[in-house]
Amino acid sequence: MTVREVAREAYREALPALAASLVGGLVAGVVLGGMRAELRAVPGLLVLVPALLATRGNVYGSLGARISTALHQGLVEPRVRGGDDRLRAAVAAALANGLLASSFAAVAVFSILTLLGDSVAPLPVLVATALVSGFLSGIALAGVVVTVVFAGYRRGRDPDTLVGPIVTTTGDVFGMLFLLVAVRSVLFVAGVI
Amino acid sequence: MPTDWTVRAITGAMLPVLLALTLVEVGSGLVLGSFEAQLLRYPTLLALVPVTIGTAGNLGSILAARLSTSFHLGTLSFDLADEHLAGNAVATLALALSIFPLVGVGAWGLTALVSGVRLSLGTVVAISVASGLSLAVLAVAVTLTVTYVAYRFRLDPDDVVIPVVTNTCDVLGVVVLFVTVQLIL
Repeated sequence: MTVREVAREAYREALPALAASLVGGLVAGVVLGGMRAELRAVPGLLVLVPALLATRGNVYGSLGARISTALHQGLVEPRVRGGDDRLRAAVAAALANGLLASSFAAVAVFSILTLLGDSVAPLPVLVATALVSGFLSGIALAGVVVTVVFAGYRRGRDPDTLVGPIVTTTGDVFGMLFLLVAVRSVLFVAGVI
Repeated sequence: MPTDWTVRAITGAMLPVLLALTLVEVGSGLVLGSFEAQLLRYPTLLALVPVTIGTAGNLGSILAARLSTSFHLGTLSFDLADEHLAGNAVATLALALSIFPLVGVGAWGLTALVSGVRLSLGTVVAISVASGLSLAVLAVAVTLTVTYVAYRFRLDPDDVVIPVVTNTCDVLGVVVLFVTVQLIL
């Protein structure tokens, strides 16, 4: 193959996935743009955003890859019902790791900003926001990943090629939407207390 | 080496890397925090953040996945004249050139609809295209370096390269966006 042929093939294969994640990223961006009041009310929240979004991608991307490998090997049946033990353990591990990484990020942001002498919201506000958003988006993403990988597999598509674009697209959108829900709820509860 | 399907085994395999990557992402959050005032003043710039980070990470991970497949198939050599290397690098630049103008137009248009814009369309497209092209060049450099290191240390590129490249490109996405905004605004 010549350089030109390799380039053309790589371009054609990648463009649809990039375009899909472009839409997800733009929706997430508009939500972030509409969150300015919350970002001002919770100093340090913006610093937390990349870590929270990346955690969704890392955790649920790995969950999707794990399930699609298991489907190829016949370790897991492509059915949501029936409560497969392996599948349940993989989803529980993803949720637990997502929550651990999210609260770790909140503690790290709080400590670093405090050391730097920057203004930062109280630690419980940051941790609660990270946990609530991690839990809600985790449930949503686990549902989407499992459903899409199973549906794709049953229709004869290679689940490996579905996982990446789906996780980046829905991860950004759900990650951001549930971050907004989480920070509003935490601010509401903090205001009541 | 497959991991057992228990919460403990999966966590043991995943958590250390996950926490390390989280710290790297906190680093990129700190860069974001350093121009928070500008971002809050111009919601269009805020709208560019997730999509720029995401697209940069995707460009890197697609290239990494393709190179690691070529590598497993034995069709890749680390020679600048290698057609797989050069072709994939060219495709990454072409993809960035096609996607980032849309990123700028989309971020500007959606922000205009939702909350009103303070920056002109031209400025926003200039910022997104300039950062997109710089990111594509960086993504190629990072991916080639990490793939080469994995190859030298006999690590499976599938395990190592994609997470490292994706998260590095995330961080570079924020840094490049910051530098571009300072140069253009």
